[in-house]
Amino acid sequence: MPLLDKYAALAAQYRQLEEAGANPFNVKFDEVLSPTEAMVGGRKTLLLGTNNYLGLTYDPAVVAAANAATTASGSGTTGSRIANGSYGGHARLEAALAAFYGRRLGMVFSTGYQANLGIISALAGKGDHLLLDADSHASIYDGSRLGYAQVTRFRHNSPDDLATRLRRLKDEPGEKIVIVEGIYSMLGDTAPLKEFAAVKREFGACLVVDEAHSLGVLGETGRGLAEQAGVEADCDFIVGTFSKSLAGVGGFAVTDMEGAEILRVVSRPYMFTASLPPANIAATEAALQQLRARPDLRRRLNENALRLYRGLEKLGFELGPEPSPVVSAIMPTPEAAFGLWAALLKAGLYTNVSLPPATPRGLALLRSSVSAAHSPAQIDHAIALFAETGKGLGLTNAAPALAAAK
Amino acid sequence: MSEGAIRNQMTDQTNEVRDIIFGTLQAALPQARPLSGDTRIIEDLGLDSVAVMDFVMEIEDKLDISVPLDKIAEVETLGDLVATVQRLKQAA
Ligand SMILES: Cc1ncc(COP(=O)(O)O)c(C=O)c1O
Repeated sequence: MPLLDKYAALAAQYRQLEEAGANPFNVKFDEVLSPTEAMVGGRKTLLLGTNNYLGLTYDPAVVAAANAATTASGSGTTGSRIANGSYGGHARLEAALAAFYGRRLGMVFSTGYQANLGIISALAGKGDHLLLDADSHASIYDGSRLGYAQVTRFRHNSPDDLATRLRRLKDEPGEKIVIVEGIYSMLGDTAPLKEFAAVKREFGACLVVDEAHSLGVLGETGRGLAEQAGVEADCDFIVGTFSKSLAGVGGFAVTDMEGAEILRVVSRPYMFTASLPPANIAATEAALQQLRARPDLRRRLNENALRLYRGLEKLGFELGPEPSPVVSAIMPTPEAAFGLWAALLKAGLYTNVSLPPATPRGLALLRSSVSAAHSPAQIDHAIALFAETGKGLGLTNAAPALAAAK
Repeated sequence: MSEGAIRNQMTDQTNEVRDIIFGTLQAALPQARPLSGDTRIIEDLGLDSVAVMDFVMEIEDKLDISVPLDKIAEVETLGDLVATVQRLKQAA
């Protein structure tokens, strides 16, 4: 059947990667040993691409909470919150999230992806207007397609362009909903949230901030960029995920908006999918407690991030615009990204490859993410491997390939 | 204005929109290519979905309009894009 013919070009590229024996989109960990190490192809490998920001996946309190919840409440909920009921854990976690953010309502979704789908599609009705940052995550784009509002994108991190677009809509009826992220997952850059908040106030728009990569990373108490920028009161909804700093799976939204409880019976991605199993819920609640109780994790994470960023910068790699736990090296071509990725893996370092259209401006990226669980020695070892392999491939300092691409 | 004058004005505007779109696209492509109203933006030019949205953003700036994403998704050829942008420009 010709059903899959439309993917022929992509399929050929994928086959090529498989045949080369180094496909960054199909990596198998034989065994995961810790937040920072796994066995890959029979070799002990340093993990530098897992978004495990606080390194809590093996935290004894988190693991114990998951085990106890499974024993007490079973392996799964076998249904959705609205059709089959909520467990005590769901409500407790929602209350814990609301308390952490100091908001009236917390809502838990089955993934971060679904949290974006659920909030965006429910907020943006027919006749409303959604304005997305151009570099938004796929879940934000998909959420905007699930709703019935008119969608436009504004220039990445440009409050001026957002203002221009809101001005164009000034005489149009309907609510204006603006969506930005805390830390952007591809280049690790942060949004100018203070300036966005000012634009939002000027035009009376609603502001939604996805703190997927900034929860537990930024802010005095780890609440994210909104806290760091001092504009939490302007952020009508905060959306986030349990799959990164909270070391589990799931998503959430918190808000002070009057009447937001109604979202539970209008948000389809909340309603028509099974709720998270007891183990996930309990582990997330325990991880949130760790996040709150141990600010040292955040400090170590950011020290590691800076160490890797400065190290790779010194080697001559062109990086994202600011240090953050996401450290991406801009490669001259996708082939260079594949080459460096495969060489690093062979040398015992696991990273990520990110390619357009998932990346901004057609960039090919060799993406790393650091963890609080990394020791400074592990970060230095990673930098040394970048130096060796990058030099072999002509990608480090004074590398002709990179210089030519600039 | 007479009907003829209105028609002339519209043609002028269509030509202006067309010139801006074709010029912007030529500048964005890695090498010069022959472009026509029938050129298919994704299949013929090999642009991915984000590259198309980025290129439309340039046009939005030049013409001071916003093109909703569902309108971009409906566009297949450069001729479609000229017509869509023209309609939005007139409504603005
Ligand atoms: C900005 C952003 N939002 C949402 C998500 C989705 O989260 P999850 O993986 O929990 O579905 C991710 C990451 O995957 C992300 O980077």
